[in-house]
Amino acid sequence: MRLASAANEAYTASLAVSELLGCKQCGGGRGQDEELGIRIPRPLGHGPSRFIPEKEILQVGREDAQMHALFADSFAALGRLDNITLVMVFHPQYLESFLKTQHYLLQMDGPLPLHYRHYIGIMAAARHQCSYLVNLHVNDFLHVGGDPKWLNGLENAPQKLQNLGELNKVLAHRPWLITKEHIEVCSNVSDSFFEVEALMEKMKQLQECRDEEEASQEEMASRFEIEKRESMFVFSSDDEEVTPARDVSRHFEDTSYGYKDFSRHGMHVPTFRVQDYCWEDHGYSLVNRLYPDVGQLIDEKFHIAYNLTYNTMAMHKDVDTSMLRRAIWNYIHCMFGIRYDDYDYGEINQLLDRSFKVYIKTVVCTPEKVTKRMYDSFWRQFKHSEKVHVNLLLIEARMQAELLYALRAITRYMT
Amino acid sequence: MHCHLDAPANAVSVCRDAAQVAVAGRSIFKIYAIEEEQFVEKLNLRVGRKPSLNLSCADVVWHQMDENLLATAATNGVVVTWNLGRPSRNKQDQLFTEHKRTVNKVCFHPTEAHVLLSGSQDGFMKCFDLRRKDSVSTFSGQSESVRDVQFSIRDYFTFASTFENGNVQLWDIRRPDRCERMFTAHNGPVFCCDWHPEDRGWLATGGRDKMVKVWDMTTHRAKEMHCVQTIASVARVKWRPECRHHLATCSMMVDHNIYVWDVRRPFVPAAMFEEHRDVTTGIVWRHPHDPSFLLSGSKDSTLCQHLFRDASQPVERANPEGLCYGLFGDLAFAAKESLVAAESGRKPCAGDRRHTIFFKRKLDSAEPFSGLASSALSVFETEPGGGSMSWFVDTAERYALAGRPLAELCDHNAKVARELGRNQVAQTWTMLRIIYCSPGLVPSANLNHSVGKGSSCGLPLMNSFNLKDMASGLGSETRLDRSKGDTRSDTVLLDSSATLITNEDNEETEGSDVPADYLLGDVEGEEEELYPLDPEHVHPEEPEYVLPQEAFPLRHEIVDTPSGPEHLQEKADSPHVSGSEADVASLAPADSSFSLLSISHTLYDSRLPADFFSVLVCDMLRFYAEQGDVQMAVSVLIVLGERVRKDIDEQTQEHWYTSYIDLLQRFCLWNVSNQVVKLSTSRAVSCLNQASTTLHVNCSHCKRPMSSRGWVCDRCHRAASTCAVCHHVVKGLFVWCQGCSHGGHLQHVMKWLEGSSHCPAGCGHLCEYA
Repeated sequence: MRLASAANEAYTASLAVSELLGCKQCGGGRGQDEELGIRIPRPLGHGPSRFIPEKEILQVGREDAQMHALFADSFAALGRLDNITLVMVFHPQYLESFLKTQHYLLQMDGPLPLHYRHYIGIMAAARHQCSYLVNLHVNDFLHVGGDPKWLNGLENAPQKLQNLGELNKVLAHRPWLITKEHIEVCSNVSDSFFEVEALMEKMKQLQECRDEEEASQEEMASRFEIEKRESMFVFSSDDEEVTPARDVSRHFEDTSYGYKDFSRHGMHVPTFRVQDYCWEDHGYSLVNRLYPDVGQLIDEKFHIAYNLTYNTMAMHKDVDTSMLRRAIWNYIHCMFGIRYDDYDYGEINQLLDRSFKVYIKTVVCTPEKVTKRMYDSFWRQFKHSEKVHVNLLLIEARMQAELLYALRAITRYMT
Repeated sequence: MHCHLDAPANAVSVCRDAAQVAVAGRSIFKIYAIEEEQFVEKLNLRVGRKPSLNLSCADVVWHQMDENLLATAATNGVVVTWNLGRPSRNKQDQLFTEHKRTVNKVCFHPTEAHVLLSGSQDGFMKCFDLRRKDSVSTFSGQSESVRDVQFSIRDYFTFASTFENGNVQLWDIRRPDRCERMFTAHNGPVFCCDWHPEDRGWLATGGRDKMVKVWDMTTHRAKEMHCVQTIASVARVKWRPECRHHLATCSMMVDHNIYVWDVRRPFVPAAMFEEHRDVTTGIVWRHPHDPSFLLSGSKDSTLCQHLFRDASQPVERANPEGLCYGLFGDLAFAAKESLVAAESGRKPCAGDRRHTIFFKRKLDSAEPFSGLASSALSVFETEPGGGSMSWFVDTAERYALAGRPLAELCDHNAKVARELGRNQVAQTWTMLRIIYCSPGLVPSANLNHSVGKGSSCGLPLMNSFNLKDMASGLGSETRLDRSKGDTRSDTVLLDSSATLITNEDNEETEGSDVPADYLLGDVEGEEEELYPLDPEHVHPEEPEYVLPQEAFPLRHEIVDTPSGPEHLQEKADSPHVSGSEADVASLAPADSSFSLLSISHTLYDSRLPADFFSVLVCDMLRFYAEQGDVQMAVSVLIVLGERVRKDIDEQTQEHWYTSYIDLLQRFCLWNVSNQVVKLSTSRAVSCLNQASTTLHVNCSHCKRPMSSRGWVCDRCHRAASTCAVCHHVVKGLFVWCQGCSHGGHLQHVMKWLEGSSHCPAGCGHLCEYA
């Protein structure tokens, strides 16, 4: 939602279509226009993010050489300087890796036709009712020659893509339920289709990223099971009703299927042990085999996100933040049922307070429900750049969790 | 021999006496006795009330001095030692909980009884003295996670450690403050390393980049001695005892096999064990002095003992073959000796007719891989001048491609081809003329000639030679030509020879049919004409152009173009792709139409529309192109123009054009190549001579580049080049003397020089123009 509005704020020509379509759900203050039968997009705020005051965000034109080069690259690749880039430029090192991966996945040669990629992007983004991202991909989809009929719903797309629907749903909300049967369904149509997973994940991540747009780091352990159990009670009370997003998105949403707590879920799902299947040893090799170079790109991105630190925390300098970063990372994986043998989950409780946990859980599991209040209520003394940093961690951790489940299923399918 | 475990294994280790093996995993830790025919469970070390993470083993190692002592590395970061000598059921001895993250590897000192080393995900290595409660020293890699630690077998104080960031470090156990040496060994994590049991300072490392590298650490800088490329990330590497160059590897993902490599032969594994159904996680040679037994544990929950003599040897299944062209058209062909011997045995006639070919054979000394790589080398040399391409140049220069009526062009080109002794080509031109021009215009003599040839010669060639080797085809054609008077006997003769060749083609490998083909030509003694048309000589690069279009899956861009599917379709029909049977089938209709044609010409006037033949003509063009004679294909394409163009897809045409242009340019036939470019209708081709047509000139006075116009300088406002004869500005071709740098309009200067050899500017120079 929030992103949708963010999109509306961006008065770029390229976004005209999505704005017109998207503004319908922005709500409020347009009575007259509707009377006239004209829908006029209205900015709901200023700046790239609704959570971060505009003046806190880098003004275009005041960036340093590195950032400028990034902006130039981004503009060259996308034809626009989007809000995500403007927010992410708090962390140029990460942004560079992010843009590179995004570009490779969406624009470079690959096993899938370009319009398939954007269509998958639409499917993935719609899972979280992210109209901004849906619109973005709809534009790109049409731009690369996609058939507009497909946009009327998944049933109008080729069988190959329809088969992805179920996997997409599970992957987005309950990745621990993925089995090799899911993979079988997809690969029956085409062998080269494995690659889709990686791609899909990617999209999802993109979507998250837009949903986050703002976030960070702060001063900052019980057992895995406790944490897991607790994590499901961590939910915010302000459960505002979400209206279905705009036209296209509506066709892809199946609101009956959403995130369910890992441990509360009816059937018993065995805990995923990182020591048995981890990204560095297993996931990387598989992805690189299925889609050359992508493994490397994603690996690099994980690395940068995980290791990014400025050794600062709010007003303190020279702080080793590795412990906090690890706690956040592992907490997210914990919510997805992924366990590290060598981690003391008690640390999480000591380092992450309740409001922060609420925020993390909402962003990771139901990004469409994030509110400014949640954003403001955690880590009050921290800088916005630090909060953005946290969001980057959340994006990457969730993406890795999904990838791990999907790749494990593929591995099982292959053996 | 194998046995089923209850759970996936992570590591295996053998006892000093090679009679017992320890298997460790997340939920298993057992000791098995290795007996004659089976594994017998000796001991289960996972005892106690409830499973603790301390027992979730990432690695296990058995002390090579003390058969009662084992150590395990736990996934939660604990290092546990076990004493089998304890009287109680619980054999757990000591517990070191110093590491913060998973311990990836533990290693006992090879000769010291109490020294244990561990490497962990937290980036630290710790050395423990088992007589003390905690570590003796801690080594900080200053980089990421430690993946493996190994004590050197030869150097008492040295150990090597490998890291997730690709580094390998060498440490002295007495100096925990800094490492002795560090170098980057792999791209991405180095998962494992192993010291050579005999060669001092040799270290093998394996990484996620799918490589195994052997390093010589004795030199000042670590030197890479060997590099083996595997197909998946390397999880373990172990030198094979008693075999200096052998090592065993297994992979972490995707590939379940265990390979034994000879490091000097990095592309084909010396041996391969294929028993496991899931990834192999631990390998160990059973006895330090016995190269024949390998033990392995796997995620598929089995423990296996592999016998080296049972291993499959991929080398035996591979046919080592090599083929290469020399600068002057020589052909070298190396193949396994047994294969070559079998070939020559099957072909008794080959030995007799080797007038034009020198056949050399020598045995390679099979030093490094005795018995495996013995092969025979054959070199086929061409006679000096035999590979001449003069026919190509002549043809290119003399062909007429445009500017005259079609009938004249065909006749002219047929004449050129005949004069160069290329009768089949000449025949083709004549046929084209018959097909596309009014039949009444064909001179009767010419017609008779073509009919006789068309029915007897052209077709058998196309059918039975399977479009494979022009040289053989030409051989028989030459013969026909010589005895032109007797068409009937020719046909018989040709049929038999054609059959012969077809059979051979079916039986023989590609490399070996070369002598057979030359053989035919030799009978006639007209070697001169054999070579020119040998397709391999003419267009060595031809196959490279053709293949990429088909050998790779089509990318979406190609699918997007409307002609994509048709292109595929046509390709599938073309002789190049399909097998020999299909060829004959697809050409069968051509056969009948040809005979139809000849009959219709002799008996009554043909009223068949030219379109009727277009399929045939297209086949013919492809035939020539496949032969390597793109010259013919392109020439016909240009001459016939619209009549056939629509039937051949754009890409093929473009491909022929570019091949031909490339050839022309190699022979410096610039004018012809430009003419071809000009006449081509393919957009990609015709834009070739539109590129880099700009000429940059500098002003002759101020020496600055003249950007806006080429003849007047913006800065000094002077005309840069005036004609010394007429004193006007030269805007077109300007010619000048390199001696005095005066010059002018080409025409003017030429005219001037007719009357005087001095410079027209009056400088007194005796001008010379090249």
